[in-house]
Parts: sequence; C-alpha cells; structure tokens
Amino acid sequence: MTGGTLSREQGIADLVDDYDVIVVGAGPAGLSAATTLAGTKARTLLIDENQTPGGQIYRAITLAQPVDRQRMGEDYWRGRSIAEEFLRSGAEYAPATTAWSIQPLQDDPGRTAGHEVGLSSSGMARLIRAKQVVLATGALERPFPIPGWTLPGVMTAGAAQIALKTSGLVPSGKVVIAGTGPLLYLLAAQLIDAGAMVSAVLDTTPRENWHRAFRHAPGFLVSPYLAKGLKLLKSVQRRTRVIRWVSTLAAEGEGGLREIVWMTGGREQRMPADLLLLHQGVVPNVNFSNAAGCDHYWDEAQLTFRPQVDEWYASSVAGLSLAGDGVGIRGAEAAAIQGRIAGLGCASQLGLIAPVERDRLADPLRRSLARAMRGRRFLDELYRPAKAFRVPQDQDTTVCRCEEISAGQIRASVNAGAGGPNQMKVFLRCGMGPCQGRLCGLTVTELIADERGTHPSEIGYYRLRFPIKPLKLRELAALPQTDTAKVAVLADLADTHHSTDLVERKSQ
Amino acid sequence: MFRRLSDRASGEITFTFDGRPITASAGDSVAAALLAAGVRACRTTPVSGSPRGPYCMMGVCFECLVRIDGVDNRQGCLVIVQEGMRVESQRGSAALMAEPAQ
Amino acid sequence: MGACVAWGLARQGLRVCVLDEGDIALRASRANFALVWVQGKGLGLPAYTAWTKSAAEAWPCLASELLSDTGVDVGLDQPGGFTLCLSDRELQVNVDMMMRLHNQPNTVIYPYEVLDHTQTRARLPAIGPEVSGSIYCPLDGHVNSLRLFRALHAAMKARSVDYRADHVVTAIEPRAGGFALKGAWGEVRAPRVVLAAGLGNARLAPMVGLEAPMKPSRGQIIVTEKAAPFLRYPVVTVRQTDEGGIMIGDSEEANASSLRIDHSISSVMADRAIRMFPLLGDLNVVRTWTAFRVMTPDGSPVYEQSETCPGAYVAMAHSGVTLAPQHAFSLADYIATGTIPKEAAVFSTRRFRVPASV
Ligand SMILES: Cc1cc2nc3c(=O)[nH]c(=O)nc-3n(C[C@H](O)[C@H](O)[C@H](O)COP(=O)(O)OP(=O)(O)OC[C@H]3O[C@@H](n4cnc5c(N)ncnc54)[C@H](O)[C@@H]3O)c2cc1C
Ligand SMILES: Cc1cc2nc3c(=O)[nH]c(=O)nc-3n(C[C@H](O)[C@H](O)[C@H](O)COP(=O)(O)OP(=O)(O)OC[C@H]3O[C@@H](n4cnc5c(N)ncnc54)[C@H](O)[C@@H]3O)c2cc1C
Ligand code: FES
Repeated sequence: MTGGTLSREQGIADLVDDYDVIVVGAGPAGLSAATTLAGTKARTLLIDENQTPGGQIYRAITLAQPVDRQRMGEDYWRGRSIAEEFLRSGAEYAPATTAWSIQPLQDDPGRTAGHEVGLSSSGMARLIRAKQVVLATGALERPFPIPGWTLPGVMTAGAAQIALKTSGLVPSGKVVIAGTGPLLYLLAAQLIDAGAMVSAVLDTTPRENWHRAFRHAPGFLVSPYLAKGLKLLKSVQRRTRVIRWVSTLAAEGEGGLREIVWMTGGREQRMPADLLLLHQGVVPNVNFSNAAGCDHYWDEAQLTFRPQVDEWYASSVAGLSLAGDGVGIRGAEAAAIQGRIAGLGCASQLGLIAPVERDRLADPLRRSLARAMRGRRFLDELYRPAKAFRVPQDQDTTVCRCEEISAGQIRASVNAGAGGPNQMKVFLRCGMGPCQGRLCGLTVTELIADERGTHPSEIGYYRLRFPIKPLKLRELAALPQTDTAKVAVLADLADTHHSTDLVERKSQ
Repeated sequence: MFRRLSDRASGEITFTFDGRPITASAGDSVAAALLAAGVRACRTTPVSGSPRGPYCMMGVCFECLVRIDGVDNRQGCLVIVQEGMRVESQRGSAALMAEPAQ
Repeated sequence: MGACVAWGLARQGLRVCVLDEGDIALRASRANFALVWVQGKGLGLPAYTAWTKSAAEAWPCLASELLSDTGVDVGLDQPGGFTLCLSDRELQVNVDMMMRLHNQPNTVIYPYEVLDHTQTRARLPAIGPEVSGSIYCPLDGHVNSLRLFRALHAAMKARSVDYRADHVVTAIEPRAGGFALKGAWGEVRAPRVVLAAGLGNARLAPMVGLEAPMKPSRGQIIVTEKAAPFLRYPVVTVRQTDEGGIMIGDSEEANASSLRIDHSISSVMADRAIRMFPLLGDLNVVRTWTAFRVMTPDGSPVYEQSETCPGAYVAMAHSGVTLAPQHAFSLADYIATGTIPKEAAVFSTRRFRVPASV
C-alpha cells in the first residue's frame, strides 16, 4: 500500500507489519515530523486517535469552512497548510486509531533494533514494528481540582473549544469561564466570537505573578504573544465581565451544576450557572513516554514532569523520539518546528540523510525555534496557577475522579506510610481508574510533596503500565501467540509439543 | 447548555439515547451530539453512583462513558454517531451480559 | 512477609523497626494475584501442604485481627476455588497431580471434587462451552490484595512499628550482641534481624551466614475495568475483585530478565479467559504488569535461623498472601522465642542440600 489515508472500512487490518517510522499524534508536531520523514523517503505511518488531522490547536481543520477562519482566527487557519502538506507527503495515515503500547525490539547482540507499537482501531488491535518511533502526543489541560469539579455542567474550556471546532456547538445558558493561562482569553474570545453569552470570566491569576513575570519581560516584549495577548484581553473585557484576583472557587449543585462560589478581595460571591468552563494551562501528556520508560524530570517553571530529550528530540530510550507540547509546553509554532527537527534526527538515524545534510537543514529551524520560544518564560511565570488551585486545601475535594479519592484521604495515606504516588495507589486505588492518572497525577505528586514538606522532584510520578489506553480483552486475545508464550501460561500442557510428563503446574 | 451554529449543521443523523430519538449532525461525536441535545450527565460512577458528564472532549478523562449498541464503557467523545446507533447511559460498571453483542 | 512478621512481633510487645525501599521497588506484595490457595500445593514436600492448609484455616482470624487493629476490611472470601480446564487432557493432568499429592506419605488430606462440564456449569453459570471440567476445592479463597497491603501497613503503625521507607540496606554487620544494618541513610542496630526482603534476600543473606536460594520466575497479570459481579468463586487464573475488576493471570517464565510486558503472553491468557468466560470479551483492559516471584527452587517457603550468626533469620515464600497468618502468628512466635520448632524446621535450606527424604 502506498501513501494515503486508511478508510473507515479498511481500518488497520491493511497496514503492513513494518515501517521505517511510526509517528503517534497528528498535531503540528506529528504532522511536521511525518511530512519531513516522508520527504526523505522513509516509510512513514502517522496514527492519531482523532478522525481528522490537526491535533488540539488545528482540530477538525480539514473540515473547517471559511466562516471558521473568521471565528477561530488566523492561527487556527494556518493549520490547513500544515495538514494539506502532510496529506500530500506520501506518508500513510491511520486516523481514529489509538496507540496503546510501545516496546523495544532487541536484535541479537541485545541492542534496540526498533520498537513494536500496539495499535487499536474499531475493535481490532495490531502490533506494528518500526525502526524509529516519534511520539507527538501533545498536551492536556492541567487538572483543576476544586470542590464540585465532577458535577455535570463543569467541563474544561478546551472541551468547549473542541465542541465548537468539531461540531459547531456554542455554549448557551449561563456560562462562566474560570482559571488562568495564556489560552484562557483565547478560548473565551473564540467562544464569544461564536456567539456564546459568557456571564463572567473569573481570572485566578495571582497578583504576585505579575511581579515575578516582569523579570522576563524583555523576551516577552519582542514576542508575538504580546500584541496577540493584549488584543484578546481587550476583546474579552469589552464583551463580558472579567473578575480578577479570584482566590477560591467552587461549583455547587445537586446532580449537576447550579451555582458558582468564589472569593475575591476577601469577599465570597455567588452566581448561578449552567456551564462552568475551567482552564489553568496545559501540561505535557506524559502517559506514553512514562510507560515507555523514558527519563523525566520536574520542571519548576512549568510545574510539571517533562521527558528528557537531546538536541534531536531523542528520548533516553533508543529509537524513540518525542516532539511538541508533549516534551514541554512551547506552543503550536514551536511544536511544528520540533517535529521537523525530530524528523531530521530520525531520518539520519535511518541512514536516509547524512549528518551534514541533517545539520544544514536543522540550522534555520533552530533559529526559528528560538524565535518562536521567545516570551515563554514570561508566560510561564505570569500564568503559574496558584498553589490553592493545584493542591486542594479543602479535605473533601475530589482529586482522583475515577476512584473518587479526596485530598484528605491522600494526605491521610501519607501519614499511614505511603510516601510516594505508587505506594499511595496501592493504599487507595487512586490513579487506578480508566483515565490512568491523567486527571490526578500532578495533583497527587504535589499533594504528597506538600504533606511531606518536600519537593515534587523528590516524590516522582505514577509508574504507568500498558495499555496506556484501554482496549477490549478480545482485542488482546486476538494478538499473535508465540510458542514460548503458550509454555509460559500452560507449561507442559501447551500444544507446542506432546510430552506426557507431569510437572507441578505453576502454583499461586 | 450548547446550541449548534446554523452554518455548521450538516447531514442529519438519528440515533437513540436511552430509547429517546435524537437528531445529530454527521460527524458529531456521541458526546457532542448528547451535549447538543441538552444531555448533561451520561453515566453514573461505579464507586458512588454519582452522575457524570463529558469533561475534556479529547479522550483523556473517561467521564463520557456510555453503552453503545450493547457494548459498555465506550468513550463517547471518540466515537462518531452513526445512523440508528443505540446509545444508553452507562450505569455504574460494565453489566456483563451473558450474550455479548457482536 | 516483612509486614506480617513485624506486626506479629510487635503484638508480642517487641520493639520493631522495618527498613524498606522507597516508592518504586521490586515488590511482589504489590503485584500479586491475591489468592488464598490450598489446591495443588506441596508436591514433593507434604509439610507444605499442611502449612498451607492451616494458613487457610487461620485466615479468618487474621482478617478479624487486622480489622480490629486498623478498621480495614481485607475482603477475605473463602467460598472454595476452581481450576478450570479447557480440554480433557488438561483436566486429566490436573486430576493426576491432585492424586499424586494426596498419595504422598504423611500428607494431610483435604477435600476436593472433580467436576465435568455440566457440574461445573451448575456452580459457575458463566462458563463457555469449551470448559471440559474443573477441580473444586472448598478450602480456597481470595482477599483484596491492595487492602491487605494497606491493612498491614496500618497494623504496623497501630502497633508502633517504626516503619522507614527509603532505607535501603546495603550492609549488615554482626556485632557483639546483635547486628548493625547500614545504608546511605545511616545505621541502625538491633539484637535480632529478620531478612524479609523478597528478591533482595539474595544479596543480604550471605552477610549473616544465610542462604536465600531462588530461581527466576516471572508472572504476568491482566486487569480489566470494573464489571458487575459475575463470578462467585475464584478460579486459579481468573478472579473478580470485590471492587468489580477482573484479574487474569498468571503466567510463569523461567528465563525472563526484564519486566517488559510480553503481549503474546497476555494474548494467550486473554484468549483462555474468554474461552472460560465468553462474556469477558468486551471488557476493557486497563492494566497489565509483570513481576518477579520470590520463588525458591522447590516453590516452598524458606525459614531459617543463621547458625553462624544466631539472631539472624531469613524468611521468604512465594505464596505470601496465602501464608500471611502463618507469618504473622507462628513465624513471629518462633522468632520471638528464638527457636524454630520441628514442624517448621523442614523449611530450612538444608532440604536443598540433602536428597529429598519423602
Ligand atoms: C484542549 C486543548 C486545546 C488547545 N487549543 C489551543 C489553541 O486553540 N491554540 C493554541 O495555540 N494552542 C492550543 N492548545 C495547546 C496545544 O498543546 C498546542 O498549541 C499544540 O496543539 C501542540 O501541538 P502538538 O503537536 O504537540 O500536540 P497536539 O496538537 O495536542 O496533538 C497531539 C495528538 O496526539 C493524539 N494522541 C495523543 N495520544 C495518542 C495515542 N495514545 N494514540 C493516538 N493518538 C494520540 C491526540 O489525539 C492529538 O491529535 C490546546 C491544548 C489543549 C489540550
Ligand atoms: C505475579 C505474582 C502473583 C502472585 N500471586 C499470589 C497469590 O495469588 N497468592 C499468594 O499467596 N501469593 C502470590 N504471590 C506471591 C506473593 O505476592 C509473595 O509471596 C509475597 O508478596 C512476598 O512478599 P515478600 O514480603 O517476601 O516480598 P516483597 O513484597 O517483594 O517485599 C520485599 C520488600 O523488601 C524490600 N527490600 C528489598 N531489598 C531491600 C534492601 N536491601 N533494603 C531494604 N529493603 C529491601 C523491597 O523494597 C520490598 O518492599 C504472587 C506473586 C507474584 C509476583
Ligand atoms: S469527555 Fe473526556 S474522555 Fe470523553
């Protein structure tokens, strides 16, 4: 099969068993990596969970109409050319496909000779091999654990943006947007532009952040963020009430959201609401890189764990590169450039381009990357979410939404001997539900650090296991079974040979 | 809670939610179609039975779980609605029917 | 193991300190299948059958003591357990094995039944047509292993055991009147030391004149999302936890060197689980993991006091969940009094040096 998009009917059954490269994630980083690699004649497969390419920022871009250009802005529209370039690149594309595992393949001398990637689509799983893998799985919105955040009617602001991009849905009724972060006002403006009546924006950015951020003002002043940011702020302020210095926030209601309660300037206030949209920045989605065994470190500026990468975005695991916001939040433009650099790195590993050529091509990219990253430090400092919104102060606030574990229970387990997230998980089942810690991991690390009076870097993160996304038991059962595997389960009863010896079967 | 922009309505699709017929636009995810129809909660949790509804719309939170054509615990925000689809609220944990739907 | 012994010793009024690794470690107790299992244990060492059987009998007592010390219900359920067979040959091999077990001299006898498909179906209505038969033993059961882990930690705390995480022991030095245990964190001294470090015993035992023979044994387990209750009895390879999740396992590999998941093994296990219970096919798998067992060469436990350094003990067992009452009650007694009686002395490593005496 040559380049092209798999149709719904074909599914992943028609994929060949081996590729030069598998890229996971069709956001700006993954699209650019795949386009670059296909350009060097690497046999490239791009897979993504969504129905169409674009990732978060350019979600549903190939379906967008001219009205969306005006509604969502030029930064959104730019995704069209990135997606189109990819679709012409000759890389294969498997949409609506989830990657759930990645494992190194060893050659004879025990070196890593590539990876085997577990894919699942429309109820079918496959294991596909590739010499190089690029994970460009992007970011997710930082957990926002406030009292009542599990009530129906409370969603993330990103969720509302996705509903708008993919289905043209606009929030209606009494809508409140709350939080902080560079995207908060963008999301608010997009929703208002699309016709949403927003009752208020509750801004939780702490006052002291402004002082800290100003140290990094020079970079910010020359970055494109400044003009864009001011314009958004003005546009939102003109059209809704912006309430600043919000220091506590809670959602209330029986069986669904009714009211929002917050404090500002030491005073408690209330407002009825049908929909509360929360957002306090985005953080790398590290589930895949963590389960794959890549080294991670705590980034104090971004208050998150980030995978370690070298100048070609290669991770600590041989043959596995990472690019885009999954490595650290740098924004869409930087993600696309990183994807291209990672692509060049892989192409050179594959022997498709010479190192000199690789360096020559990467040079201008690195300069653009530096430009694209200007002003980031300012944004990181300014939009650092307040501790009260990261580490719930109220004991009853739910932290793990899946297993319904509260902040108080986690604090108590620390005192009962669970010194880290993995021991705590065993004590409370916290983080063991289907989201696999995506919505509680960072909160748990910071909570335990807070309770133990130490630093998150000392505490670490959940150790995650495959599958990183659930798949059906019957999908697993249909994967190829080796003789060794049969022996491991059935010992002498495996139908690989017919010995009549009786051995003691494995005992529990 | 949500309304649809008139310029974004495309081919109509009809499916049922807990037996009630709902009209969606072609290309909607199940979760988006439910939000457009005013459904806030689509499941109850296995632990406490409390109601939940879609939270992230991008496949990470697992709050949008529904039963689709007899299969429990599918992520509504990642499944595209199809004509005639039978969607039901996910009540607690998977039901384990003796005759699993194919 | 360590938590059981420590709690048991503290119950006798001893001052106990537990030195443990940190948040991430090779820790079989965090990775097990949680069966309290008698069926099939003790081929080659009949004393192990007796030891296991009385462990199962003592479990209700352990569960209630833990509950009263900590308020944590470990979810003990002993309705009897099944070995399900997917072919006549499989059934025959298992039946033969049970017969050989019961034909050993000086072995304790326990009840079990061999059931055909229809008889099995009467008790496990969800089985599929491929199940050819089963063995049922009324002594078998299971617990909630996560809650057991938590209860033991809480129980240690309730009895003032000094539990220290992030205290890897790198050296043990016999001293006059006791031992000095050392690590990057410093040093503690105690007149007695119990090595219950699982796989870590291999390194520690020689420091006090003991051996900790083990053979590599890796197991793999699959866990699904929660489901409505469908399985009244634990099956040796499939069980439903009291929270609803289904655990499927476990495999045994003798030559695996890493903890990397083998999807091929998962596939065999998943396939067999679905053939046993077809309704499992549509459940979502949420986790798979592998772990190394604390496996002695014959699979039976090792308990021994050092001859050259009296006061130093080694304690290790593969079936640490099943045997938990023995470790918390009997073994703790032996260590407190300083002598391992005859019925438990058979579990010394001497059995690996002399020809089997059965
Ligand atoms: C909800 C949300 C909305 C955002 N909106 C904007 C915006 O409007 N403007 C802006 O500048 N920035 C936005 N961002 C920030 C965004 O992270 C970056 O701007 C940009 O999208 C990063 O690009 P990327 O290629 O690194 O990752 P992404 O664009 O996030 O792409 C990652 C892709 O990987 C896929 N994926 C992840 N895991 C798997 C898996 N296991 N299997 C298969 N596929 C997988 C995802 O479905 C996604 O398509 C948003 C972030 C979020 C979380
Ligand atoms: C896949 C699998 C399935 C199982 N299923 C069952 C079952 O169904 N029923 C059953 O009864 N049993 C089962 N078991 C066995 C049971 O889990 C073990 O017997 C039991 O947990 C062993 O406990 P342990 O305390 O000896 O070892 P571990 O739990 O491994 O504990 C050893 C402890 O010592 C610490 N340690 C190691 N070295 C050092 C050092 N140098 N300094 C300080 N601390 C150190 C480790 O960090 C660890 O905390 C299973 C085991 C596995 C792996
Ligand atoms: S809404 Fe979060 S996973 Fe679907």
